[in-house]
Amino acid sequence: MRTFILRRVLTAIPVLAGISLILFTLLAMAPGDPFGELATNPNVPAEVRMNLRKQFGLDDPVMVRYVRWFGSMVKGDWGFSFASRIDVDKLIVQRLPTTLFVLGSAQVLALIIALPVGILSARRPYSFFDQIATTLSLIGFSLPTFFTGLLFILFFSIYLDWLPFIYRADIQETGLRWIWENLKQGIMPITVLGFFQGAQLTRFVRSSVLDVVQLDYIRTARSKGLAERVTLVKHVIRNALIPVVTLLSIQVPQIFTGAVVTEQIFRVPGIGSLLISAILANDTPVVMAIAFVFSVLVVVFALLADIVYGWLDPRISFR
Amino acid sequence: MDERELREWITQVKDGDLSRRDFGRLLAGLGLAAPVAAQLLAAAGVPRRASAQSRFTPARRGGGGELKVLWWQGPTILNPHLSIGVKDGDGSRIFYEPLISFDPEGNFVPVLAAEVPTLQNGGVARDGLSVTWKIKRNVQWHDGKPLTADDFVFTWEYAADPATTAITLGNYKDVARIEKIDAHTFKIVYKSPTPAWFQTFGGTAGVIPKHVFEPFKGAKSREAPANLKPVGTGPYRIVDFKPGDLIKAELNPNYHEANWPFFDRLELKGGGDAVSAARAVIQTGEYDFAWNIQVEDDVLRRMEQGGKGRTDIAPAAGIEHLLCNFSDPWTEVEGERGSAKSSHPFLTDPAVRQALALLVDRAAIQEQLYGRQGQATANYLNAPSRFRSPNTKWEFDVDKANAVLEQAGWKRGADGIRAKDGKRLKMVYQTSINPVRQKTQAIVKQAAAKAGIDMELKSVVASVYFGSDPGNPDTSSKFWADVQMYAFNMTGGPEPQRFMDPFVSWEISTKANNWAGRNNTRWRNEEYDRAWKGAEQEMDPVKRAALFIRMNDLLTQNNVIVPITWRANISSISNKLRNTDICGWDSSFWNLTHWYREA
Repeated sequence: MRTFILRRVLTAIPVLAGISLILFTLLAMAPGDPFGELATNPNVPAEVRMNLRKQFGLDDPVMVRYVRWFGSMVKGDWGFSFASRIDVDKLIVQRLPTTLFVLGSAQVLALIIALPVGILSARRPYSFFDQIATTLSLIGFSLPTFFTGLLFILFFSIYLDWLPFIYRADIQETGLRWIWENLKQGIMPITVLGFFQGAQLTRFVRSSVLDVVQLDYIRTARSKGLAERVTLVKHVIRNALIPVVTLLSIQVPQIFTGAVVTEQIFRVPGIGSLLISAILANDTPVVMAIAFVFSVLVVVFALLADIVYGWLDPRISFR
Repeated sequence: MDERELREWITQVKDGDLSRRDFGRLLAGLGLAAPVAAQLLAAAGVPRRASAQSRFTPARRGGGGELKVLWWQGPTILNPHLSIGVKDGDGSRIFYEPLISFDPEGNFVPVLAAEVPTLQNGGVARDGLSVTWKIKRNVQWHDGKPLTADDFVFTWEYAADPATTAITLGNYKDVARIEKIDAHTFKIVYKSPTPAWFQTFGGTAGVIPKHVFEPFKGAKSREAPANLKPVGTGPYRIVDFKPGDLIKAELNPNYHEANWPFFDRLELKGGGDAVSAARAVIQTGEYDFAWNIQVEDDVLRRMEQGGKGRTDIAPAAGIEHLLCNFSDPWTEVEGERGSAKSSHPFLTDPAVRQALALLVDRAAIQEQLYGRQGQATANYLNAPSRFRSPNTKWEFDVDKANAVLEQAGWKRGADGIRAKDGKRLKMVYQTSINPVRQKTQAIVKQAAAKAGIDMELKSVVASVYFGSDPGNPDTSSKFWADVQMYAFNMTGGPEPQRFMDPFVSWEISTKANNWAGRNNTRWRNEEYDRAWKGAEQEMDPVKRAALFIRMNDLLTQNNVIVPITWRANISSISNKLRNTDICGWDSSFWNLTHWYREA
């Protein structure tokens, strides 16, 4: 087990370095200019723009810039944002709590919906409940979040005037009121995201439970007189969870990088909206840092998923 | 109307022989708007009535609750000298103040200045080489230290240092030195006569505190903590700032103007998109103000029906125009496409440019695409109104365009496209990706086809098109196409000198200057160059206005450009919010001190 983890971590290093090289080159090749607005402002002399490009090293060859970036990254220096001139890590840390709250709650909501609904509909396939659940989940994951998001805003904010559609990271109130205000503004983005992810997850849970229920050892468990609850929890769910864990290991890293579309619609100041505004402003150090954190998380969660497989099914061995 | 006649009238007003109102009527009879009259009088030193700002005076400071505003691009840095876009200038303006601001009519409104210097009060030297400023005595920085002349001297040193990379470098590079006379008086000495002296510390070029920024002058400017935690003199002081997301500010209890500001707290929320920002102000009333709402007019009108807010259309100088390339973008001369040494195969023929101007249906473009947000115009320089030329007119006439081309020898070929000496009137028409611009392109292309001109439409992503990357072939500054279209704006005050830059010969964009020159048409005209140089040092405001009008006429009469739409600044604003007085030549927040909400 220990050598397995060590080996995986060691192989991750060249993978991450490769990812960073590809990312950096792609970003450098993409057209655009962080100081474009200065170019169209008649009052800003061209030399200011030239000086900025020189000071920020934008005129150096890509490989020189990459080596410089990688060198400081290894030392823990993530560089600074061209737009706000502060260190990128500070910028990311500012956005982290909101992202974790909104996307974490959405993920929890997705699990709360998906597990019971998926299991129940798999236990009685093609029943009335199953038909409804399948239809709803099909609709749920076919509708993109920007559509449901706008629909929610139109109905709950503009037509009914119940919920605010602009998310504010710092609410003035304290105590219970603070919690209430946060919930009130979080409801729409959390449900939009939670339903979307829940719908996907429901179909996964249903099909994998359905696969397991038909297997011989479940019939054996039932015929030896085990209570239905025990059969379900100990034998069915545990085995059915393996594909679900795979899906989760892909979904969870996204909690940290935010949901670009949903954050943009509700103005949630999370990492997703930081990423999109950095991309639009050609703020390369910020884009690099977020993309790199994301790739690290994907690698880490893939490893975690492998470890969880072993716990769920001891027949899976680590070599 | 000539200069002499105008001067006589002004003297009559001064002497009391002619009332201000009659003067205004005389000018109106000549087709000039009322603000022009006010401008000319102010420029000639005739005192003006107090500005409309004091319509409402609160009995005490604060008590107005929270002011909530939306900027769909959130400010990312709060130092006016290091901003990289309009949003940052606006965010900084909450905290930092200039000596004077500019109102919608282009008048000077003193902010930190005790009075506006003029030729009459001796503040502005007759030779235009120096300006003496007196600043208010009771001004404190947010940290309690007093504002003195030293801070102004320091701000100049800070911004004029090229290593600081201050975007306001242009405001300060013509300053020879700043002499401190006493703690509240200083004299700015210029290298040459400077009629635009009010830009040095005017509008977005706010003064910064010496005691905070002194260690961060030059290359270390990036590291100043105050770039994100401003220490200014403004009506509100910082509580919290999250770049790109949020500015929270609270009332400044020691503000230098009695009984202002009105609001106790201010929140600026960034991000999202313009349409939903307009919705939050006009439909749900969650916010009081939203900046830069470039949304189709129909959509805004629908929101406004029975809504809680309205669309604010503010005067600005933005001009959407078509530019003709005078160099040859398709052949390399000395290894350079669009070289200044080459000449365009057919756009150098005045008849072709004249036909082009006749083929732009400005009325249709305004009506169908811009609505209230723009105005069809024959001028490049439309605002402030004292600089608007009365000598131009525009028309849309396909038949006339056909006749002009026919007469100049451009004959229709078998495919209906006109040609002369083997050159066919086929042109590439480029602009940025933007729904309104693509529709404008389509309207022009359709009319051009009727006159035997074939247009190929090209559109480029805005960040590339307006970017300054010298390696990219699609930038507007390279202009490797026959005609192109975009908007140009006046910033930093009601002052057209820089606005006229794009047509002077020394600004021609070439490989040698990395295409950083602003003149991308590569048009060259000695009279224009002379007029520009004259205006740069002309201290007589009437003569100066005449020079700018001459430059405008040279551009439009030679059809170097085809002005299309004179664009306004659009914001969404709550029906209860007052005194915003937004205008295009200063930040949306120029009058923030006096904003208030009606009960």
